[in-house]
Amino acid sequence: MRATTQVFEGGFRDTVRNSQEIFRALMDAMANPGRVMPVRDLVNAPAPLAPVAASIAATLFDHDATVWSDKAIAGSEAAIGWLKFHTGLELTTNPSDAQFALISDAETMPSFEAFAKGTSEYPDRSTTLILQIDGFDGAGELRLEGPGIKDIQTFAPSQLPKMFIDQWAANRGAFPRGIDLIFAGKGALAALPRTTRISKREA
Amino acid sequence: MTELATYNFAYLDEQTKRMIRRAILKAIAIPGYQVPFASREMPMPYGWGTGGVQVTAAVIGPDDTLKVIDQGADDTTNAVSIRAFFQKTANVRVTTKTTEATIIQTRHRIPEAALQAGQTLVYQVPIPEPLRFLEPRETETRKMHALEEYGLMHVKLYEDIARHGHIATTYAYPVKVEGRYVMDPSPTPKFDNPKMHNSPALQLFGAGREKRIYAIPPYTEVVSLDFEDHPFEIQTFSQPCALCGAKGSYLDEVILDDKGGSMFVCSDTDFCEDRQAEGQLSANPAEAAE
Repeated sequence: MRATTQVFEGGFRDTVRNSQEIFRALMDAMANPGRVMPVRDLVNAPAPLAPVAASIAATLFDHDATVWSDKAIAGSEAAIGWLKFHTGLELTTNPSDAQFALISDAETMPSFEAFAKGTSEYPDRSTTLILQIDGFDGAGELRLEGPGIKDIQTFAPSQLPKMFIDQWAANRGAFPRGIDLIFAGKGALAALPRTTRISKREA
Repeated sequence: MTELATYNFAYLDEQTKRMIRRAILKAIAIPGYQVPFASREMPMPYGWGTGGVQVTAAVIGPDDTLKVIDQGADDTTNAVSIRAFFQKTANVRVTTKTTEATIIQTRHRIPEAALQAGQTLVYQVPIPEPLRFLEPRETETRKMHALEEYGLMHVKLYEDIARHGHIATTYAYPVKVEGRYVMDPSPTPKFDNPKMHNSPALQLFGAGREKRIYAIPPYTEVVSLDFEDHPFEIQTFSQPCALCGAKGSYLDEVILDDKGGSMFVCSDTDFCEDRQAEGQLSANPAEAAE
């Protein structure tokens, strides 16, 4: 009974304005890689879905969006129920079929190779990964360069996928094919489009 | 406000906005690549900016201030009707001032005033494919983009030189974005091409009939195609604007009578009016009025 209530409650209060607010933050984040965009908590989704990732889902997902999620989210009846009820998304168990991937634990996620990179003719048919992280004050600071960045942008997400620098270099090397990343932290989001060049900050 | 009840905010339904928003995010991630999208019928004919209107409708929010220009002017039919459309369906603030706008929808000009970080420029695009007049088949142009095979475009520019002695393409002048995709900057005069390079503003392009969205993120390399011995050049004008005396702005020829009389005035009406308000009048206003 409690699970059912969790599923139906906690969506956008004002779908139109709330989704526009989240989308603008997403658009600005994608256009300015590594810039941390503060967003309000506009939804209340069952764990392990965090509010920012859930509001991104509510903004971008619908019956035309195929979504893969990691075990923690896929295994939670309440979280999947919430996503289904509030977005009507299409679920897949194959990450290479997914337009979006919802990932609650960046450190144990599959490698970028597992996801769709698009084709040379249609590089847009690729997976956008939404990573739930704690925040943007991590220990390792990354230096970002590329379109959307005036000189250099620093970026320090609290969690990163394994072998991130190498994986990202391979992803960057496949341009225009490749995946894009959206980081959903607490009260803020940021993005790394496939164009961004990343290096570790020299100590 | 009672009128608003009959439309969703900014006219489009939410499912359509989500579809367009997903395309916009992809377009920003792959600068210059044309992302296909399920363009909707809009309450205006194709060719009147249905692509730009859909992009603006998907992006705009209640805190935005919208400016719409048609060939640089805020007061021509297309600009007035699109501005009124968003006033009616989204109840947003509108302006003619380039500096006050957060979103500028444009048909074929980039404002003279330098754009700022945080501003979004939305272009209305008739033919998004720069290779379309060289190769009519979509399957082929798509392959050419995939293989980065842009020789044909250089042949076209070369043929200009062989025939006219210079590159005769003056608008929709092809650019290469971030060293990868050749892109049609929409039929803006080539005068505006240098403004696209490293612009602090986000540039979004919407082609409604052709169902494509593409983008240039801020601070992105945009290079107009040329040859070492025939470098890219923008138009220059021999006289200043007849109304505000501006040199170095893009001018329109205005016909004054049926005896061949004409004058040249700034195409960007906001820029021209600002200068006139500052007292920068033409050297000879009487001549302009004649």
